[in-house]
Amino acid sequence: WPYCSKRCSYCNFNTYVVPAVDEAAVRACLLREAQTLLRLSQVHSITSVFFGGGTPSLASPSTVAAVLEAVAEAAHLPAGAEVTLEANPSSSSISRLAGFRAAGVNRLSIGVQSLDDTELRMLGREHTAAEARKAVEVARGLFPGRTSIDLLFGLPGQSRDAWAQRLEAALGLCDDHISLYQLTLERGTALAAQVREGALPAPPQDLLADMYQTARTVLVATGFRHYEVSNFARKGALSIHNRSYWRADQYIGVGPGAHGRFVPWGEGGCSREARVQTLEPVAWMREVQSQGHSTRSRAVLSPLEQPEELLTLGLRTDEGVTHERWGHFSPQLSLQAVFGAPGEAWALQQQGWLVLDSGGLRCTWAGLAVLDSLLPDLLWQLQR
Amino acid sequence: WGARLPSPCPAAAPLCRPARLPAACERRCSSRVKEKLDMSMYPVESIRNFSIIAHVDHGKSTLADRLLEITGTISKTDRNKQVLDKLQVERERGITVKAQSASLFYNHEGINYLLNLIDTPGHVDFSYEVSRSLSACQGVILVVDANEGIQAQTVANFYLAFEAQLSIIPVINKIDLKNADPERVEKQVEKLFDIPTDECIRISAKQGTNVEKVLQKVIEKIPPPQCNTADPLKALVFDSTFDHYRGVVANIALFGGEIAKGHKIVSAHTKKRYEVNEVGILTPNEQPTHKLYAGQVGYVIAGMKEVTEAQIGDTLFLYKQPVEPLPGFKSAKPMVFAGMYPIDQTEYNNLKSALERLTLNDSSVTVHRDSSLALGAGWRLGFLGLLHMEVFNQRLEQEYNMSVILTAPTVPYKAVLSSAKLIKEYGKDQITIINPAQFPDKLLVSEYLEPTVLGTIVTPHEYIGKIITLCQDRRAIQKDMLYIDENRVMLKYLFPLNEIVVDFYDALKSLSSGYASFDYEDAGYQSADLIKMDILLNGNPVEELATIIHSDKAYAAGKLLCERLKETIPRQLFEIAIQAAIGKKIIARETLKAYRKNVVAKCYGGDITRRMKLLKRQAEGKRLMRKIGNVEVPRDAFIRVLKRETDK
Repeated sequence: WPYCSKRCSYCNFNTYVVPAVDEAAVRACLLREAQTLLRLSQVHSITSVFFGGGTPSLASPSTVAAVLEAVAEAAHLPAGAEVTLEANPSSSSISRLAGFRAAGVNRLSIGVQSLDDTELRMLGREHTAAEARKAVEVARGLFPGRTSIDLLFGLPGQSRDAWAQRLEAALGLCDDHISLYQLTLERGTALAAQVREGALPAPPQDLLADMYQTARTVLVATGFRHYEVSNFARKGALSIHNRSYWRADQYIGVGPGAHGRFVPWGEGGCSREARVQTLEPVAWMREVQSQGHSTRSRAVLSPLEQPEELLTLGLRTDEGVTHERWGHFSPQLSLQAVFGAPGEAWALQQQGWLVLDSGGLRCTWAGLAVLDSLLPDLLWQLQR
Repeated sequence: WGARLPSPCPAAAPLCRPARLPAACERRCSSRVKEKLDMSMYPVESIRNFSIIAHVDHGKSTLADRLLEITGTISKTDRNKQVLDKLQVERERGITVKAQSASLFYNHEGINYLLNLIDTPGHVDFSYEVSRSLSACQGVILVVDANEGIQAQTVANFYLAFEAQLSIIPVINKIDLKNADPERVEKQVEKLFDIPTDECIRISAKQGTNVEKVLQKVIEKIPPPQCNTADPLKALVFDSTFDHYRGVVANIALFGGEIAKGHKIVSAHTKKRYEVNEVGILTPNEQPTHKLYAGQVGYVIAGMKEVTEAQIGDTLFLYKQPVEPLPGFKSAKPMVFAGMYPIDQTEYNNLKSALERLTLNDSSVTVHRDSSLALGAGWRLGFLGLLHMEVFNQRLEQEYNMSVILTAPTVPYKAVLSSAKLIKEYGKDQITIINPAQFPDKLLVSEYLEPTVLGTIVTPHEYIGKIITLCQDRRAIQKDMLYIDENRVMLKYLFPLNEIVVDFYDALKSLSSGYASFDYEDAGYQSADLIKMDILLNGNPVEELATIIHSDKAYAAGKLLCERLKETIPRQLFEIAIQAAIGKKIIARETLKAYRKNVVAKCYGGDITRRMKLLKRQAEGKRLMRKIGNVEVPRDAFIRVLKRETDK
């Protein structure tokens, strides 16, 4: 759902703020594209569905229900399959959330972002801390054990102590899943411009590292599993859907600007492809109406690119890249053969950043925080 | 003469000198139809050999253009702008790098005169060439701008002419300018050069005012050369150029005898023998003549293959009729060295051939192959001075379309060896050091020497304080200070050369709002407290950043280098100590902290394609990393540190 009622100051996603959305038309196109792409992929069974994008909680529960029905028509959608919806506190009334549950949603991800009104204003959010709390409480009532919250840290001017307080407040509020994102100052956003012009201070690197370490330590001590760079879950409440991205499973992207990775068997393809749908909603709708789907670009991923993606994504998780997943993309060369011999990866293991054992290749606790410094070495070794 | 060429050359000739304008070609074509000139019509008494000397932009080339026009050497057109400045860089920068000459014919009071205008390079870097050119003259026209007055280079040029005992005709140019104050400038000339004010000729070369008077003064005041056609041939080589079709064209001044096609001649310097193919005069393009006679100036082509065979200052004589060579010959001595590397190593061969072609015409550039672990294969080039280096670089860019990395310039230091072992190894007790890697340890040396120059600064007096401070910062010693009029001062300082090679001129110009001028001349070597400073990354020396430096400057320079490196080396997984060291002693340190967090926050099904591209580019970049110990340094970090500061 690419629409928002207001653009946040830090956001550079493909979102649109429009006075009125022709929801019936968008819905029709979402259904049509989902069915077309499902047929193309010849997928039999769906593991999870995720309603994301701009602000999906602005869509009607009936639209969500219609999409789920269309998916279930085109492929098998097991009764217990994870169906997540991203919701904003400002569009999360109890009736609305109940409507989504009735439509088939069984997991909610709430964009809390902060529990401080000043910070929320800086981020350009439409809700207050109190509204966020209320939304989470309502959601927890409707989706117990399956409500996640998003929090941002490293805001301009945010102190170590302020972050510790936010974190403590969040712990008191949250269910069994938290996503903690370091704020990225994306080019072209209002917030980045303010920092560049000096109106707001740029957060120092060391402070960001401290904030991250604090959060990891506190959450793990509270019983959370740090299962991905920015994601924490307890009682096994990890996001099945997101985990499939990090495992480089197949996924189909439906809607303006959505991305997919799948093998289009239905078109006679036999290689995994990277696909992107048309970004702009009006153009996307026109193309879906005329062609059944609006795939703007498709690229066959080479035998080298596939394990490269797996490495880049898989090492973000605590289980890392398992031998099983690796073998799926690189049946000839084992992880051991590529990274077990003396070379960059070997040196990184010696230095305590990586581990390669019977479970696969993964980052150590320290290595996870500097993964982006490890990856170029690993990719360089893989290329040779 | 076109018919003599091995190919239809009028069309091809401009290719040899891409900077030549169409106007020059027209003149060539018209001269082609003429009969060969008989130069015996011009006996010694009717010859005048002279140069024009001036500070940059005081109008030397414009005056030369007018003289050429008045004498009918070139036709009057609007395009005659600095006809003698053939190189594109010369026209752009308003300086003359390569001396050009022209023979002018002028009738004065019924007598046909042959006036040889021997143009000189317009910069101190080429003072040796200037002195050789002047040695072919009996007089000079000293041009001074009526607005700017005497400048540093005016002083330097005056003394060159004065010491060569030449007649000096002072000319105050640009009197048409609104702010012209010829009276004040005449007083400066009187005060500084002891020339009566009434001897100055006020002209406007641009408008042609009084230029004819200058020619008359040349005839009246400058004596004819003292020499005899009956003597054996004695010719001074004062310049040479390279022509792809005909080989070396040597510009010569005859101090005795005559020269013609078929003569067998010998170079006093190389002792090599040649047979003359062609002689002629320059008008300003080559025009063949039957002969050249004593006192005359022209060119000779004699089968020389390389410019080094016709070195400036050399003497030519007839085979089996040796003469005492003319005094003052020396080989070009580079004073400034810099590393030159292709930006991309795949360009190495192209750059190599461009360098070879360019040095064909400029034998004063020395070329040594060099290689740097960071910058790859390249060369260490020696130049006569900073401007020479810049001009050379600019010519590479403009005429050969090459972009290069030029490292910070250094000067040739010397070491007087005390170690018997080293003396034996080098076969001498004094060595010149152009590369810090060759710097011998203090224990093996009795003293180090650094080159010095005597600098002349002319400035409006309000800037004196700042300029004196600047000079003191540069370790300079004041030698003289003189008011040349009520508000202009001339300062003389002895500078260590290395203190002025990088940015002195820019600093001087900026603190004087562009009003101070600067010129310098070689002043020999002086003892200096030199040390070698190493740059260490986590304790490992970075070879390409080692520098020889005066001990007083080491701390500041070390600190600056460390700071610049800290900005350019990316953070890594471990802490990096960036240190400047003299021997075992650390004199500066910066610490580049380890990455504690470097992982992108969000990475989902959204477009990881762009992210993969970035990571793969970084992976590719690993290939271009220079590893010093375990520290990875991107190549461009060195480029940024090694490059001259002004290029930042």
